[in-house]
Parts: sequence; structure tokens; C-alpha cells
Amino acid sequence: MMHQVIEIGRTQTPEAVLYWILGPLAVLAALGMVVVKKAVHSAILLAWVMISLAIFYIAQDAVFLGIVQVVVYTGAVMMLFLFILMLVGVESSESLTETIRGLRPIAIVAALGFGGLLISLIGHATLGRSFVGLTDANAGGNVQALAGLLFSKYVWAFEVVSALLITAALGAMVLAHNHRIIARPTQRDLATARFRGTSLAKAAGLPGPGVYALHNAVDVPALLPDGTPAQASISATLKARGDVIDSRPFQLSTIESEEE
Amino acid sequence: MTSNSLVYLIALPLFGATVLLLAGRRSDKWGHIFGTLMSASSFAVGVYLFIQMLGNSDGQRAMTQKLFNWISVGSFQVDAGLLVDQLSICFVLLITGVGTLIHIYSIAYMSHDLDRRRFFAYLNFFIAAMLLLVLGDSYLNLYVGWEGVGLASYLLIGFWNQKPTYATAAKKAFVANRVGDMGLSLAIMIAFATLGTVSFDGVKEHASHASTGALTAIGIMLLVAATGKSAQFPLQAWLGDAMAGPTPVSALIHAATMVTAGVYLITRSNFIFDLAPNAQLAVAVIGVITLLFGAIIGMAKDDIKKALAASTMSQIGYMVLGAGLGPAGYAFAIMHLLTHGFFKAGMFLGAGSVMHGMNDEVNMRRYGGLRKFMPITFATFGLGYLAIIGVPPFAGFYSKDKIIEVAFNAGGIKGITLGSAALLGAMITAFYMTRVVILTFAGSKRWDDKAHPHESPFLMWAPMVLLAFGSVASGFFFSRGDSLKNWLEPVVGGHMAHEAELLSPAVVSILALVLVVIGVGFAIIKYLLNEVPQVAPTDVTVFTKIARRDLLQDDFNEAVFMRPGQAITRGLQTADTTLIDGAVRGVGRFAVGAGNILRTTQTGFVRSYALWILVGAIGLVATIWVVTL
Amino acid sequence: MNPANYLYISALLFTIGAIGVVVRRNAIVIFMCVELMLNACNLAFVTFARINGNLDGQVVAFFTMVVAACEVVVGLAIIVTIYRSRRSASVDDASLLKR
Repeated sequence: MMHQVIEIGRTQTPEAVLYWILGPLAVLAALGMVVVKKAVHSAILLAWVMISLAIFYIAQDAVFLGIVQVVVYTGAVMMLFLFILMLVGVESSESLTETIRGLRPIAIVAALGFGGLLISLIGHATLGRSFVGLTDANAGGNVQALAGLLFSKYVWAFEVVSALLITAALGAMVLAHNHRIIARPTQRDLATARFRGTSLAKAAGLPGPGVYALHNAVDVPALLPDGTPAQASISATLKARGDVIDSRPFQLSTIESEEE
Repeated sequence: MTSNSLVYLIALPLFGATVLLLAGRRSDKWGHIFGTLMSASSFAVGVYLFIQMLGNSDGQRAMTQKLFNWISVGSFQVDAGLLVDQLSICFVLLITGVGTLIHIYSIAYMSHDLDRRRFFAYLNFFIAAMLLLVLGDSYLNLYVGWEGVGLASYLLIGFWNQKPTYATAAKKAFVANRVGDMGLSLAIMIAFATLGTVSFDGVKEHASHASTGALTAIGIMLLVAATGKSAQFPLQAWLGDAMAGPTPVSALIHAATMVTAGVYLITRSNFIFDLAPNAQLAVAVIGVITLLFGAIIGMAKDDIKKALAASTMSQIGYMVLGAGLGPAGYAFAIMHLLTHGFFKAGMFLGAGSVMHGMNDEVNMRRYGGLRKFMPITFATFGLGYLAIIGVPPFAGFYSKDKIIEVAFNAGGIKGITLGSAALLGAMITAFYMTRVVILTFAGSKRWDDKAHPHESPFLMWAPMVLLAFGSVASGFFFSRGDSLKNWLEPVVGGHMAHEAELLSPAVVSILALVLVVIGVGFAIIKYLLNEVPQVAPTDVTVFTKIARRDLLQDDFNEAVFMRPGQAITRGLQTADTTLIDGAVRGVGRFAVGAGNILRTTQTGFVRSYALWILVGAIGLVATIWVVTL
Repeated sequence: MNPANYLYISALLFTIGAIGVVVRRNAIVIFMCVELMLNACNLAFVTFARINGNLDGQVVAFFTMVVAACEVVVGLAIIVTIYRSRRSASVDDASLLKR
């Protein structure tokens, strides 16, 4: 199957079709990644861009790189991104209003100018030689040819990069290691804190969510004795994601006053 | 020949000064006695050395003592060594002898001063420094003593520095001396550069190989040094003001010893001047100018000490003239120096005695008729007076007339000019000294009733009497059988072949005596036979006015050096504050201003920095774009 | 089709990534934008390799991927650390160097 794709990619017309379908989609996805509000959506759009690029690589006779792109980027790196998003970023979806005055228009104008210059540069650049293609270079197989280069011409860079990779892994571990300054509070400490806190309201523990007959789920706050919804009964993560449903439609009726 | 006792000459008074200065007020009670003892014991060592020298033959008399290796840098080797020879010993005896007498005098003179102990410490320090000056065996050692006496002179002139004018006088003397000192240091440097050595022996040995130009340069620089220290023209202005110091200081430092250091320097450097005739002529000319200069100022001064100071300047002019006349004159210059040391010190002490009895009044117009009240002072002062004007057989007659005679015999126009000027000086000397004596001791009383003139105590008049003996006898003693001349011959060179004399000694003496009589006569007519006003008359000729202003020496210095110096300083200060400070502050302001502008780019937001990177990337791409177009 | 067309896509993606780096404030999104820019470069390298007929461009792209992986690992660790102490992943909150 993969072989077929490669074969198709080599022919001129199918490659043009592939380019003109995937290219605009990739650009659109990239634009979407910059524009959308939620980081999770950005990550998914980026994954799409990367898969598109992987296909482009394979179409350009870079089979090994295409596979690596999928495995390393779309697989490992994007998983890492999502993992960190789960860890920190879910509730940090930003408002898109700019805090640094005037930065956004300047940035957009500058970036457009940059892009325009770059594209016009590519447009009028001449290579100085005719198109060659990788048929000869890949004669013994793309992976074999790359390996030959990596372990001969680029062996020194290869070793250095491997050292860099190990160092980065170590660095990440050091950074992520949490130095605890005070001892972890025990359950006994937490219980004491609850009772000696500013009020006794939370001494019995937080109320659980979803106590309505019509909608008994975690995204609906519980109802307090005076009829108001208990915001504390909702998970903070859900609140940050904006996935909390208003409880009012699920109320059976308004509570009558005792004068009746 | 070496001797181990030379160092004691210096060490004793230096020890005295150290003890007195370090012990402070604890030594107030016995400090003056101790200081006098130190000076006297130094004198005793000097006498011992002198007797030892007398016992040796001519060529064996010089004694040396090496103290330690002082400077050892490459080829520059200087030992701290002492040398006493026939020339030095004269000074040693004069300094310690007269110095001790003045110590004794000061015990009484300074008895009411709270700081008498400090005064004696400074006096002892002066004695030590002056002895180092005359005993050093190289120019560099001499230089140390030279600076030491300058310091002592400064400290003693400004001894009563609670009076700002006195402190200023001290500063003036110090500054004028610094100019001379620069000459001495330059002379030493030139000597080292051309001759490779600075010791007297070495310079004497190598001088004949050096070029006349170099020797003339050394000679002129030594002359500059001498004019500074000896108050010769054109650095003479400080001596009159130096009279601000206590009178014993004026007698010891500013009459008898320190101011003669220039004469010593020139005489000691005879081996240079004899090979540099132009420098020698300059010395003689300076001497003549100064002797007339001092004499003219002396005629106009009403302050007894300033009149004596002007006289000192004039007499040192004679000595310098003598020293500038070559081998024929050195001995007489030294002889005049010694006799002058006696009679001028005596007269200064007499003046101090008069002031002591007259409530520190110094204006001679407010004296008059004091001989009845101060007979001993009058007698000693009178003997000194007879000595200075050159009446035979007193000391000045032998020394001064000899200088005049040698000047005449210098030959040609030079001889006649120098000799005539010296003769004229003798007449003026007679006039102004007679004036001083008449105004002070003769005539009617002009002081008010508050003054109670009285004779000074024994401790004061005893030194005066001793010095008066010197004034009377020293000239005869020195010149009998040319004793001093023969004594000094191994150091300063022998007699020249007797040339044809222009004027015989007898003629010179008679001429001088006639002129002296004329001078004395003028003074008698003007001040004894006519009434002397208590206040100096103001309707006088312009010449008198100029003479009263010290022949405009201060005005000249102020106009030529002080005012332009101040103007330059002010200009430099303005330049400093506007240009230099302005530039420095401008750099600071520029940095602050640029920082303030650039600071706005530092928002602390990572994204704005990223924008800057983007802008830089645009620039890069744009450049490539333009280049590849 | 002219393979140089890939270069235009590469330039566009790079520019979009640059805009994202400057405009977005969430540190994680900024990181994604950086990754996008690196990928755009990789595309250009691969295209050049094809045009020139040798594999050097592909090797460089390979190294870029490795370095990018390192960068992501360390960068995300830094973000976690900052988040732990400041409870925020916004780069604008970490602007204390100004003062």
C-alpha cells in the first residue's frame, strides 16, 4: 500500500493533485492553529499540518523522513504537547484580547511583509542548475542511503546530537522534579485544617455535583438548601474548560415561600 | 683619611630635635637646655675635628665617613657619605659656634613664649640639616641638607603662624626656595647625565672631560639654586618677609648660615665654574646686581630687621661676587662669609635686644637715643657696624676690601665695572648702616611713654659680646699671613700667577675708606643733624617710593608670575568644569538618555522580543532580496 | 508540477508560525507555532534535497527533528516548572525582568 502511494507520488500529475489538495488544507489548518482559542484545538490542527507534511515528504522521495515525521512529531511530540496541556493548559485558554498595545497589528503587518518578501524571493530566485530528482540517490533505497550519509559524512554531528538528546532528557527530568519544601500534609492535617479554617461551611466536605432528576451528571452543580446552585460542587477543570451547564433548566419548580 | 666622628656632628642636633619633638610638652621645662647642649656638643665635636685637622699636613686634612649605601640603581651609585675638609670645617664651626650662641640667646629671648621647646627643636633640626648640607660628600647628600634647611627655614619663619602674614611670609620663602631647588635638582641631573656621577670627587675628576656647554648648564643651574637659597637677584624677594620669624632665627638662618649656603655651593663647585667662564661671569654679575639692589633697599627701610635683611642680601651679593671671580676670590668670599656671620649675627641679636626692650617695636623712627639705656647692645651693635662698613681694623675691612680689590683686578672692562659697583655698594652700605645706628641709638628719643627701654639679660648680651669679639678680630685673624687663603687652597685652588694689578691694595682701601666716609657723612647730615620725623614722610621722590617697595620686586613677581598664573589657573579651571567635566557628564547624560530611550523597547514581554526577531528576519530577507535582485 | 511549489507552502507555514509566536500568549501554543516553523524549514530542506538530487537536505531535516524533539522536551519542562510556581502558562505573566 505504502509502495503504491510512493509510486503515485512520483508521477507528475498525481503529485500536483496531491499538492493542490493537501497544500491549501495544511495552510488553512496552520492558520486555524494560530486563530483558535483553545490550545487543544491548536494541537489537533498542528497534528493535521504535520501529517500533511509527512505525506509531502513521502511524495518527495523522503520516505524515511515521512515515517519519522509521523512517528516522532505526530506521535511522540504531539502526545507530549497534549499531555502537558492536560497537566497545565486546559484551564489556561487565553482570551484573545491583546495586552501589549499595538503589538498585534504590527506583528501581522511584519509577518505579512516577511512572507511576501520570502515568497517574492523564492519567486525570482534561480537555482543555477536543472532539476535532478532523487532517483539516483535513492537507487539503493532511501533508508540505506540516509544511513550511509549519517554514519559517514555526518557521524560527528550524529554523535553530538545524540549527546544533546540525552542532555535534554536529563534536563527535563531535573526541571520537572518537584522539590518539596514542606512535608506533604497528611489526612489528619487536612482534617484539622478543615475544622480550624475560616468557616465551618466546608468542614463536612464539598457537595457532590449532579443531584437533579433531569440531569444527574458532573457538569451540573448541586443545589444548596436555599435553592441556589453550589459552584463548589463542580470540578475546577470543567469550570476552566467552560463545560459547566447551567442548572436552571433542570429545576423542577421555584421554591415557594413559607408565607403560603 | 676616614673618621668615625663626623656623623656625631649631625646626629647630636638631630637627636635633640627628635627628642624635643617626640617628647612634646613633657620636655617644656628642660627642652631649651637640652637643645642648647646638643648644639654645643656638636660644636665640641667640630672643634675636636678642627684640631685633628690642624695636626695633619695640607693634603691629609680632608676626612670622610661612609654611612651606608644609599642608592644603588644600575650605574647610579650614591653612598650616604660625609666629607669634612678645609672648606666644610669653616662652615661647621660657624654653624655650630654661632648656632650655639644663638641657642643661648634664645633661652632668654624666647623665655615668654609658650612654644619655646618647639622653637629649640626646630633650631636643632636646622643645625643638623645645615651640617648635612655642608658635610655631604655628593651633590645628592647636599641636596638632602639643602631641602632640610629649607624646611627648617619655613617652619621658623612661620613659627608664629597664628599671624596670617607671618604664615604667608613662610610660604613665600618656601616657594622662592623651591624655584632655586629646582635649579639644584636640574644641576644634579645634568651632572649625572653628562659626567655619570654626582659625588664631589667624581665630578671634580670628570669635569675636565665634559663639554663647556654642559658645564655652563650645570653652573647656571647651580647659580639658580644659589640665588634661591641665598636671596640673590632675581629670587631675593622672600628674605625681607622672612624677618617675620623670631629674631634669633633671622640672626642664625637668615643672616649667618642658611642664606650663605649658595656661596658654599658655588665655592664647593669651583671645579665646575673654573671650567665654565660664562657661568662664572653670570655669578659675578648676579652678585653685583644683588649687592646694589640690597643696598638701595636698605636705605629706604624703616623696619630695623628689614634694613638688616636688605644689608644681608647686599653682603651676600659681595660674597657671590667674590665667588664669581674665580680662584682669586673664593677665599675672600668665604672670609667675608665668616666675618659677616659674626657681625651680622651680632647686629641681628642687637636688633632683637632693642626690640626686646622696646615692646617688639621694629620701626626705627620710633627709637632714638637708646645708647644710654642699652649700653652693651649699643657697644656690640656699634662694633658690628664698624665691621660691616669696613673700617680698619675691623673684620669687614679685611674681607670686603679684598673682594673689591679682586674685582678690580679681574681685568678689563669687567674688572672696572664690577669693582666700581662694589665700591659704590660700599658707600651705600656705609650710608644705610650709619642711618640704622643713628636712628636707633643716637639722636633724641622718639618712643612714647609706654616703652621702657632697658638692657637685656645676661643670657642675651653674652652671645652678643662674643660675636662682637668676632666682628672685631676675625678679619685680622683670617687675613694675617693669608691664613684662611692658605687653609682653603687645597679645596678651592691656588693663587693665580700674580697679574699686573690695576689698583694696589692700599689704593683700594683708601678709595673705599673715602667713599665710606662720604656715605657716613651723608647719613650724619640727614639723620643726626636734622630732625627725624616719627612717621615716614610721604612727599618723597619716586625713587624713594620704589625703594620702599623693595624696588618693586613683589610687584614684578605678582605681575609676571602670580597674575598670569592665576589667570591660567582660572582658565584651566573653567576649561575643566566646562570641557572636561562637560564631556564626562555628557557621556553620562548620553548613556542615561540613550538608556531611557532604549528602555522603552525592554517591555519584559517575550512576545515583543520575538517581534524584534521577526523584524530582524525581515531585514535579513530584504537584504538578500535586494542583493539577488 | 514544479517542485519549487513546496517552497511556497514552506514560506507560508513559516510566516503563519511566526505570527502565532508573536500573537499568542499561551506558552504551549507558542511552542506549537515554533514547531510549525521548524517543520516548514524541514519541508524546504526536503524540497531542496530533491531538487539537488542528493540526500544532504534530508539528513539536515533529520537533525532538525532531533533537535526539535530536544527543544520540546526541555521547553515543556520549563513551562511545567513555571506553571507550578505561577499557576499560569501565559508568557505575559512572566515579564518580571522588566523591573
